[in-house]
Amino acid sequence: MKQFTKLISAVLLAASTLSAGSAIAAGGSDGPDPVLQEWSFAGIFGKYDKEQLQRGFQVFQEVCSACHAADLFSFRMLSKKGGTEYSEAQVKELAKQYDIVDLEVEDGTRPGIPADAWPNPYETPLDLQAANSPPDFSVLAKARNVPQKFPNWIGNYFTAYQEGGADYIYNLLVGYHDEAPHGEDIGDLYYNDHFPGHKIAMAPPLSDELVDYEGSAPETTEQYAKDIAAFMMWVAEPDMNSRKELGFRVLLFLILLTGMMYLVKRRLWKDVH
Amino acid sequence: MAHKSNYKPNTGFEKWMDERLPIIRLGYDSFVDFPSPKNLNYWWTFGAILAIFLVIQIVTGVVLAMSYTPHVDLAFNSVEHIRRDVNWGRYIQSAHANGASFFFFAVYVHIFRGLYYGSYKAPREVLWILGVTIFLLMMATAFMGYVLPWGQMSFWAATVITNFFSAIPVVGDSIKTLLVGGFAVDNPTLNRFFSLHYLLPFMIAGVVGLHIWALHVPGNGNPTGVEVKSKADTVPFHPYLTMKDLFAVLVIMIPFAWFVFFAPDILGHPDNYIPANPLVTPPHIVPEWYFLPFYAILRAIDFNVGPIDSKLGGVIMMFASIVVWFFVPWLDRSKVRSGAFRPMFKWFYWLWVVSFVALTYLGAQPAEGVYLFFAKLSTAYYFGYFLVILPFLPRIETTKPLPASISESVLAKSAPKAAE
Amino acid sequence: MATQSTSEPNRRDFLYIATGAVGAVGVGAVAWPLVDQMNPDASTLALASIELDISSIEVGQSVTVKWRGKPVFVRRRTSSEIEEAKAVPLEDLKDPASDAERVKEGHEEWLVMIGVCTHLGCIPVGEAGDYKGWFCPCHGSHYDTAGRIRKGPAPENLIVPEYDFLSDTVIKIG
Repeated sequence: MKQFTKLISAVLLAASTLSAGSAIAAGGSDGPDPVLQEWSFAGIFGKYDKEQLQRGFQVFQEVCSACHAADLFSFRMLSKKGGTEYSEAQVKELAKQYDIVDLEVEDGTRPGIPADAWPNPYETPLDLQAANSPPDFSVLAKARNVPQKFPNWIGNYFTAYQEGGADYIYNLLVGYHDEAPHGEDIGDLYYNDHFPGHKIAMAPPLSDELVDYEGSAPETTEQYAKDIAAFMMWVAEPDMNSRKELGFRVLLFLILLTGMMYLVKRRLWKDVH
Repeated sequence: MAHKSNYKPNTGFEKWMDERLPIIRLGYDSFVDFPSPKNLNYWWTFGAILAIFLVIQIVTGVVLAMSYTPHVDLAFNSVEHIRRDVNWGRYIQSAHANGASFFFFAVYVHIFRGLYYGSYKAPREVLWILGVTIFLLMMATAFMGYVLPWGQMSFWAATVITNFFSAIPVVGDSIKTLLVGGFAVDNPTLNRFFSLHYLLPFMIAGVVGLHIWALHVPGNGNPTGVEVKSKADTVPFHPYLTMKDLFAVLVIMIPFAWFVFFAPDILGHPDNYIPANPLVTPPHIVPEWYFLPFYAILRAIDFNVGPIDSKLGGVIMMFASIVVWFFVPWLDRSKVRSGAFRPMFKWFYWLWVVSFVALTYLGAQPAEGVYLFFAKLSTAYYFGYFLVILPFLPRIETTKPLPASISESVLAKSAPKAAE
Repeated sequence: MATQSTSEPNRRDFLYIATGAVGAVGVGAVAWPLVDQMNPDASTLALASIELDISSIEVGQSVTVKWRGKPVFVRRRTSSEIEEAKAVPLEDLKDPASDAERVKEGHEEWLVMIGVCTHLGCIPVGEAGDYKGWFCPCHGSHYDTAGRIRKGPAPENLIVPEYDFLSDTVIKIG
């Protein structure tokens, strides 16, 4: 075991030298660090909050979907367990309100049904480009992350931190400034603390009282940002609740079986040792 | 193979089969009756762990191939379709993606075991060479597999790796065009990578068969490095090692389940959730973690050596870092097999492991400043270990005395205990 | 060889059997998803039933819609077609079924059938054949105005799928 102590201390020595270097070399020191949020779905016991997802969906409908597509987001997801959990009737009514492009139908469009995907706001890829190519929401929350310094990210493996995308999106949405910090001219772009390069083409999409919430949730930019980030995480990972539940049962089963197998092995090898 | 077969067919069917195709005999001799050293520690269970992960990858892979579409316009969405719509698809896909990482983790432990205990030394040189061959096939398989989801990292990894071939003088560009099937990575590349990704694991399975055959001729090595001398040194493979291996497999299933169910994307890169775009390069192109040490070596060569420019130099050194493994049985001139009895060697060995881990970390950092310095230092030690230390250390090293036999070393360990 | 006391085998065997049993459960739990993934996935099941607005279909008009990958004939029959269908004696039919059994009560104008010939699967042509219903050109099966087989090799009437009138103008198939 002395070998291992030597190994571990050597690795830690190398690691601390390198992490000192990383703080200098990484570009994260110009501008505030993102503030990690508490999410209801974080960690191994995390679950989506149905009300939060419903509010997030409302923000998506009323604000984001004007520019952002969600090609892999089907209406029928809205009635699935572990998500917004609207009733099937509600989803059918909602889908009917949207026109879906269908080339097998006269006129080329028809009212939506739950099996349809969320209609794309752009008719052609050129239209998308003309609007500065806002990214599709379908998996966007998994395509983003907050920069993590070494050795912090080692802990992530033990907490099963998968919320980097939601943290990034939240921080981005509340990280706008009216002006660049030193007053320089950045043209048509907007200054954002967390966007790589700090100059983002998207105008700040949220502001207080922009969306009317039915319940008691505050109608602030921060709340909207939180809710839409959670919604986007759900669109990217709709099965998270059942995945973690199943994961528990699998882990418990494995621990039981491993324990029994250990006893079998010990019993067998008693003669030899 | 190398021991007399003690198989006696019991039933009528077994006798009938034995006269026509002695496959039951082969199975019995190799995996039931096979005499194995009785002092194997848990580092020896990784062979079985690797076999299980090969099976997991093949089974989940064949199942995924039932729903995946290898076309540039459809691949990304077909993978999402698997995750969202296919029954249990989320878990099958996650098991396949994380299974690749576990496969490589296990193979590195398995290789490091071999390097420490001198498993590559005569008469097991061919066994070792077959192992390195399997590793190369694994690298090719994993690389092509990562391209299939057709995310940004998939596309740009394919572009970077196929560009290596253009570094070869004279014929490089033609070779690269042949591999890619066009002027740049595009649909022909994706389609052929899918075909080869499906094929290679079965070639791996074939070489694994040869690997086990080559092992069974001399029999397993063991932690003392002293060969088996008599039956007293051994136990039959079944049930002693079958059950021990099964236990070890179950132990590793626990962290595997952790990743599959609770942190399925943590080893991946978020940029691979952006559909491939040939006109936009991601800010940091990083391979999956198991390729990082070789990536670090590649980028550490940022200087020209005579007519060899740094790009070609980097590619050569990267390939050399694995090719050198083929020669280890002849580079290591120690008469003592196991590192357990070589006190000076142990230091150099563990320092080599540290350099490997350091290279893994450095492969993910920008190739500049203090990182580049340490990458060069680690690369120098990595090669120095194989080319200088292994050949020359035995001249100055005093080894500890070896036990006379395995049984003796096992008894010596249990002597301090009061039990009879 | 170590000697074992006679009480050992019972406990030892129990441990092995119990572990084997738990292990078998694990193997089954892993094997089932690998098989079940071949069953229809969620996107296919989402289209397992469709709703059709029949308000624009006129008397004597048919439409064909796709349901579960197959064509479905939806025909609004004329009164003469209905009378002809009702008048056929059941003994004349290879696959006896009264007209009432082929339609929904109160909606006998409407005939909804899977448009696949029950012989070998070709799609029959409408308003054709000796019985003024459907005619299959592949091997010459003739269906009447209730979609019942009258002449030719087909063994069964055109199949009526599960369907319901959600209202007078909307039917749900499947």
